[in-house]
Amino acid sequence: MAKRKTPGINASSMADISFLLLIFFLVTTSMNVNSGLSRKLPPPLPPGAEQPDVEVNKRNVFVVLINSNNQIMAQGQMVNIRDLKEKAKLFIQNPANDPTLPALTPVNIPLIGNINVTKEHVISLQNDRGTDYQAYLEVQNELVAAYNELRESLAIEKFGTHYAACSEEQQDAINKVYPQKISEAEPKNYGGQK
Amino acid sequence: MARFRKNGSRDLPEISTASLPDIIFMLLFFFMATTSMKEVTYMVSIKVPEATELTKLEKKTLVKYVYVGKPLQHLVGQFGNETRLQLDDSFADISQLEEYISQERSSMKESDQSQMIVSIKADRETKMGIITDIKQSLRRAYALKINYSASERTKASY
Repeated sequence: MAKRKTPGINASSMADISFLLLIFFLVTTSMNVNSGLSRKLPPPLPPGAEQPDVEVNKRNVFVVLINSNNQIMAQGQMVNIRDLKEKAKLFIQNPANDPTLPALTPVNIPLIGNINVTKEHVISLQNDRGTDYQAYLEVQNELVAAYNELRESLAIEKFGTHYAACSEEQQDAINKVYPQKISEAEPKNYGGQK
Repeated sequence: MARFRKNGSRDLPEISTASLPDIIFMLLFFFMATTSMKEVTYMVSIKVPEATELTKLEKKTLVKYVYVGKPLQHLVGQFGNETRLQLDDSFADISQLEEYISQERSSMKESDQSQMIVSIKADRETKMGIITDIKQSLRRAYALKINYSASERTKASY
């Protein structure tokens, strides 16, 4: 028998097939990056130990309470979520050296120099077991936003760039001026319905 | 001297499409490599809350997820309507969380263990009671870096 040549396989449909696969992956791909509000939890208490009573001057504490109806109380007053950030910023900064707001201590920070800092301020956040998660996260968000805005404005004032564009040392210096101090109370059941 | 052929209807030479499959394959591989398939099948319905001050979770290998929400519609009959906790592909009790976290941590690379982030993906209507319990057991498990999963909100809309 004569040697027959094998016919070349027609590869023109290859492109179509791979297009099909490509489109399948394009459709099923979810490019979304998970994002969220990053927080740090305090280390656990040793078993059996009570929460140690830390002596804090009353003027240094900013108490935020959220009840089971998602109402917010800051410093003994009902506040709207929209006003919380400004209130927190005023508290963290204490620009007018108000005696009811946290004490200002002059510190020397590299790259920034002498600056008055409310070193001992603490924002204390307490919530009820019946609080909605969304309401709780909104409050957390506003508090973090207060810090971020203060840092941002300081970065622009001192270094002329956005906080995110600052070098690591510069960010460190700014963080020393506005250290994030949001403390969450050990959970208790604050009365009210479940 | 060069001679120029005048008129004489010339055919345009056909563009070779032989390399087209290769190009498409390259694209295909790119998408295959960058695709991240869904981590688990959700058994709880989750609509994450909205926030503005978000950080992105970039290193996926460092992140472990805890899902909190009400069971999906078709699972209500089996698991009830109460808010539940989901770890990996099954429902779990809060008492199992501590164990789960330490197990997950020991399966990570040693250099990464201290950088583990636990992302809490909870429905926005969840009550804080269960979240507080989760946070307490995460503290006991020494998983102190946490992330409340949220979606971006435009600054203006409240």
